[in-house]
Amino acid sequence: MTSKLLFRNFLRGPLTEPAPSSGEVALADEVNRAARARLGRSLSIRQVDAGSCNGCELEIHALNNVLYDLERFGLRFVASPRHADVLLVTGPVSANMREALERTHRATPDPKWVVAVGDCARDGGIFAGSAACVGGVSEVLPVDLHIPGCPPSPTALLKGLLALLESVSA
Amino acid sequence: MNWTSSRADRQAWQQAAERLQRGEASLVSLWGEPGGAYLALMASDAVSLLRLDCAAGAFPSVGRLHPPAIRLERALRDLSGLEAEGASDRRPWLRHAAPYAFLAAEGEGLHQIPVGPVHAGIIEPGHFRFTVNGEIVVRLEERLGYVHKGIDALVAGASLERAASLAGRVSGDSTVAYAIAFAQAVEDALDAPAPERAVWLRALAGELERLANHLGDIGAVCNDASFSIMHASCALLREHVLRASNACFGHRLMMDAVVPGGMRDDLAAQGEVTALLAFIRRRFPELVDLYENTASLKDRTVGTGVLTAALAQQFAAGGFIGRASGRRFDARRAPGYAPYDRLQFEVPCVQAGDVNARVWVRIQEVQQSLALIEQIMARLPAGPVRAALPFAAAEGAALVEGFRGDIFAWVRMGADGRIERCHLRDPSWFQWPLLEAAIEGNIVADFPLCNKSFNCSYSGHDL
Repeated sequence: MTSKLLFRNFLRGPLTEPAPSSGEVALADEVNRAARARLGRSLSIRQVDAGSCNGCELEIHALNNVLYDLERFGLRFVASPRHADVLLVTGPVSANMREALERTHRATPDPKWVVAVGDCARDGGIFAGSAACVGGVSEVLPVDLHIPGCPPSPTALLKGLLALLESVSA
Repeated sequence: MNWTSSRADRQAWQQAAERLQRGEASLVSLWGEPGGAYLALMASDAVSLLRLDCAAGAFPSVGRLHPPAIRLERALRDLSGLEAEGASDRRPWLRHAAPYAFLAAEGEGLHQIPVGPVHAGIIEPGHFRFTVNGEIVVRLEERLGYVHKGIDALVAGASLERAASLAGRVSGDSTVAYAIAFAQAVEDALDAPAPERAVWLRALAGELERLANHLGDIGAVCNDASFSIMHASCALLREHVLRASNACFGHRLMMDAVVPGGMRDDLAAQGEVTALLAFIRRRFPELVDLYENTASLKDRTVGTGVLTAALAQQFAAGGFIGRASGRRFDARRAPGYAPYDRLQFEVPCVQAGDVNARVWVRIQEVQQSLALIEQIMARLPAGPVRAALPFAAAEGAALVEGFRGDIFAWVRMGADGRIERCHLRDPSWFQWPLLEAAIEGNIVADFPLCNKSFNCSYSGHDL
């Protein structure tokens, strides 16, 4: 059964769709040249949920499916912040996640970038003003790029990450 | 939904707790506000709601007699300051300021493995404290609350529109089910049912959401047994569901599509749904065959993480977790809500209670959802999809079946049309504690598999 499926997939060719153009995504900070040379066109990403409703995680997950296939761009998700170049942070930063987020950032080696994902990661979004939330990733960490959306679609996420990759490896 | 509300004195409250203890009723929820505690319980498919005045800032503990209430009481205390008199566990639950004392496990050769809140995958945060003897889990204790956003407080005093948006972001994977539960509770309070076409479109959105989650999770469970071809194939099916949802309702997860009073917009596409059904019906059966006929995969899922029927019953475990352990409860069937009373569907249920049973139930539910969507599309009534709502000071409640289980919503509206108070109870409240029981005696390496087979919500639970 497995071999039949594999064989058919082999004959059918990949389902992966062409990459979207990265478009004009503004980066908060100029990235230093030495870091670009060292990393080349490859970035390891550690995702941190800092109070998200889980909507962003679902769409970040979708980046790994066969239609978006994030790894073809040299971007991959890693299990530990110690292996990561990029922290992909979602959520309004709940007070209960603040310390874990700071510690994850400290555990990530330099050079590193922080990408805030989703409307609530910008300024708390719909949860802004809650006593239980810090209100936005930039309240806690220096943010290099923000990808808006509630949640951003996989295409929007891909565009943002490609823009980051281009600026890092330019 | 058939429900009654009454003011209880301490004796009636105590008697309700004793009924729960004897198994004569199941716990629906327990929550509070400054000055009062609420207890909702269900017997014979009818929900009764008790309100106890707590002028002295305390109420008799329900958890002391009925353990499924313990975490709700701890959360209630954190959110409203009311004390549960006689409670056995007085540790905070959603408030994390103080150091936390984990429960002890003593014995020769035991050691602890702390995991989280930041996990290795792309998932929500929570802390798991394992006490193990070699490879065997002796005790798992969960510590949750990391994604607590204070939704209860944000909804109190909010406009109807804002409250509906917040309800749709309690748990992103169940945004449709939450939006339906909230909208139904509001419409129940105002005695203003949504237009017929909206009711059917809500069911369509709800079944698409169930389909997307079941397909994604069936693959993800297999992935946690390192069987990645199932994961890749199921993720493709899930992506097709999300694209069809986007075509129909203008958002891949269908956030904000359901609003109090009906639907935000009418259905934008029909052909995509027909094409989606045909695509899944062509591809899904061979994946089910693959799952059923791969011995190395079944070796991991059969007999792993068994949840006993007795515990599922005691905790009134909803959704596929309950139905995989012999509890045949589905809020679409009973208490029931429109349009499911006019649709043909089965409620699959087995006794085994292991990872395989939970996967099996979800596979059956995929088939049921496909059949339901087909019926909905064939019989979709014409007419408006949204009606204006009156203003009234009133209370309403609803119980809606999300993919994970029954979501309970209760609202108290003010005469100005604002939400005075709202309580949303995720099915995970009664499922998380059962994961602790199901993992006991399993090996540590099977925890991801067991956890994924439960797939409880962190955000929905932490609020």
